[in-house]
Amino acid sequence: MVRTEGLGRVIDEHPFFQGIDGKLRAVLAGCATNQRVEAGDYLFRQGAPAEHFYLLRRGKIAIEIHAPARPPIIVETVVEDDIVGWSWLVPPYRWAFDARAMELTRLIALDAVCLRRKMEEDAELGFEVMRRFVPVIAHRLDSTRLQVLDLYGPPPGAGGRA
Amino acid sequence: MTAILSSDPMLPLPFRIERVKRELSDTFTLELRPEAGGRFAFAPGQFNMLYVFGVGEVPISISGDPADDSVLVHTIRSVGTVTRAMGELEAGNAIGVRGPYGTGWPVESAFGDDLVIIAGGVGLAPLRPAIYQALAQREKFGKVLILYGARTPEDILFKKELEKWRGRFDVDVLVTVDRATGRWGGTVGVVTNLINRGGFDHMHTTALVCGPEVMMRYAVQALEKRGVATDKIHLSVERNMKCGVGTCGHCQWGPHVTCRDGPVFRYRDVAALVPIWEL
Amino acid sequence: MPSIGAKVVFDASELDRLIAVLHQQGMQVLGPKVEDAAVVYAPLDSAAELPTGWTDRSEAGTYRLSRTADNSPASFGYTLGVQGWKRVLYPPRQKLFHAERAGSGFRVLREHDPAQPMAFLGVRGCELAAIRVQDAVFDSHGFSESGYLGRRRQSLIIAVECSHAAETCFCASAEAGPAVGAGADIVLNEIVKDGIARYVAEARTERGLAVLAHLAVEPATSDEIDIAHRQPQDAARQQTRSLDPDAAGVLARNLESPRWAQVAQRCLTCGNCTMVCPTCYCTTVEDVTDLSGNHAERWRRWDSCFTIDYSYIHGGSVRNETASRYRQWITHKLSTWHSQFGTSGCVGCGRCIAWCPVGIDITEEVRAIREAEQGR
Repeated sequence: MVRTEGLGRVIDEHPFFQGIDGKLRAVLAGCATNQRVEAGDYLFRQGAPAEHFYLLRRGKIAIEIHAPARPPIIVETVVEDDIVGWSWLVPPYRWAFDARAMELTRLIALDAVCLRRKMEEDAELGFEVMRRFVPVIAHRLDSTRLQVLDLYGPPPGAGGRA
Repeated sequence: MTAILSSDPMLPLPFRIERVKRELSDTFTLELRPEAGGRFAFAPGQFNMLYVFGVGEVPISISGDPADDSVLVHTIRSVGTVTRAMGELEAGNAIGVRGPYGTGWPVESAFGDDLVIIAGGVGLAPLRPAIYQALAQREKFGKVLILYGARTPEDILFKKELEKWRGRFDVDVLVTVDRATGRWGGTVGVVTNLINRGGFDHMHTTALVCGPEVMMRYAVQALEKRGVATDKIHLSVERNMKCGVGTCGHCQWGPHVTCRDGPVFRYRDVAALVPIWEL
Repeated sequence: MPSIGAKVVFDASELDRLIAVLHQQGMQVLGPKVEDAAVVYAPLDSAAELPTGWTDRSEAGTYRLSRTADNSPASFGYTLGVQGWKRVLYPPRQKLFHAERAGSGFRVLREHDPAQPMAFLGVRGCELAAIRVQDAVFDSHGFSESGYLGRRRQSLIIAVECSHAAETCFCASAEAGPAVGAGADIVLNEIVKDGIARYVAEARTERGLAVLAHLAVEPATSDEIDIAHRQPQDAARQQTRSLDPDAAGVLARNLESPRWAQVAQRCLTCGNCTMVCPTCYCTTVEDVTDLSGNHAERWRRWDSCFTIDYSYIHGGSVRNETASRYRQWITHKLSTWHSQFGTSGCVGCGRCIAWCPVGIDITEEVRAIREAEQGR
């Protein structure tokens, strides 16, 4: 078990928690643990209960989809200082994708079950957390939309003069 | 820029194809030498009008090393009649060349700055001459970053060179793809994410951007968000061109004549035009 | 013996001699003729071919040629030919080169264009202004269009000032007429009095003088000089249309005006305006081979920014909508032309208004955009 004090500082330093207030910091520090995933291991699998979210400190995680009879497709890679996982905020709280460590990865895992309960009890805390997560989700959505555009693919209707 | 002397700007000069290199499934590189001998000098970012006998002529950026004026290099993606016909040419065939035309990447005016080169897809080709020129004078810059986005790992252009540049201790090369299979060990995501990671001093950065127009728009946005000044961001714009010398009218973009005022534009000079649809 | 700047006068009977002199000097004479129910500029053999007694009615979407009611002796009683002189100075189809296969390569050979020098008879003030505009277009920013410039240098220009304006004319507000500006070799004013046409003439260059010297001329009377001076002023006064003096600014500020969608409902993108406009210069190229595949040619031909492929880049056109194509034409003509060439691209000839099948009026569109800007 890690000293709460040490993790509190990690939380302070992580960009996701800029300007965090003392109360939320204490709550998060209380729910936090250090975690490490070896290269090739899965942080979580699609369909499993989403009981944590993660602050990535070092390493790389592939967000993947597994389909039968073909290699898994990576839809996004997440690196240091990124947040992994928001399924814990959305019922039924199950992971939508697989998350595989592409290299040795160190993260801070935050206990989602505990945090959800506290958010239900304290609306202000709840808002504070949501406020930080929504831009993350928005950014992922924007990026995904650009990826879906397949901008580097063959031009539409290519077959004209040029 | 001195081009090979042509008696007439509307006459293509025959160049002989020395070598054809298949880069990707739909992209190839031609190495050309002038039939009549001589050197071909150009600035990184410039383009030529390339003519396929009896088929047609298209504007293609030069993708070779500006320090080597003995060979003319073009990297071409097959997207239409003329470029497909070009893709069927072999070593020993001839291609007509008119040029070089247009404005170049301001590599030398970026001395002293961090140089951030952002390319998407085949957009790496018009930037390659700038990379060569910058790396030949590496000490003149602060950091040098090459941020490249491709469709999939199989569509990474100039892969070996990217690996070579990355292997240098004084260049940061970040490559991302829009999607990959699990076998890919690199980054998956949009190239703007690479910009957001920083690694350059926004107050002293010159950014050169080339790729699909949508990608350039978002890349510029990301650069601005990081504080890079709009007069230090440059993009290469593509427009229909029939003459390359500012007389056919086709390449106009607002007041700009792309073949002459571009294709490389300082973002500040065109920022007001970018959001206007179908201009 | 006339001198440069001196006003002389000659009879209508001298027109034939004028044409003959030009022929003798080795020039092809191009001037107004009635053809296909319109006045066109075509080769003239004699003054008998001039549209004497003809006049035209030009309104939005309308052009009609008719004989004058009183059978006027005026040979220049129409206002404008359908197309200006760009048809001969920058022909609709020009061969740029031909190429031949040679071994595994090919050879490119320039087309020689030994065109006969031309004399233009009947150039209007706006048309000469348009020629000046194209002189700048074809010789600027380090590129010189040798074909145009060669033909231009060899051309002799005999201008005929307007004495009246058509409904579609607005050269006065476009500052391109009706008085003839720089570039003419000879300026004529046709004066009709008591059923007789006479011509007040002024040589403006040595070349013009050399031609006038062959005609039977007398010094013009002060009365005749007065009429010649007044006629273009009368024409200016008759003009009902006017171009906003800051059309350039209005358009530059309103690239996203709601007016564009409005004009797009009427515009057919037929491109007539670009075909009749004396300053439009856009072209495209066509590369062709013969059946053997051993001989190739490149042709340059007039193009219009109204066509859907004009702005095509792999996969689609940048300007898909009618609105954006109309906007391109008018903003180039009236606004961005200034930053490209230092002048307006429009000379107020009004042809685009007459020959637009739906009568879109370029001056009205600018006005509407200004009004939209002002919230009206």
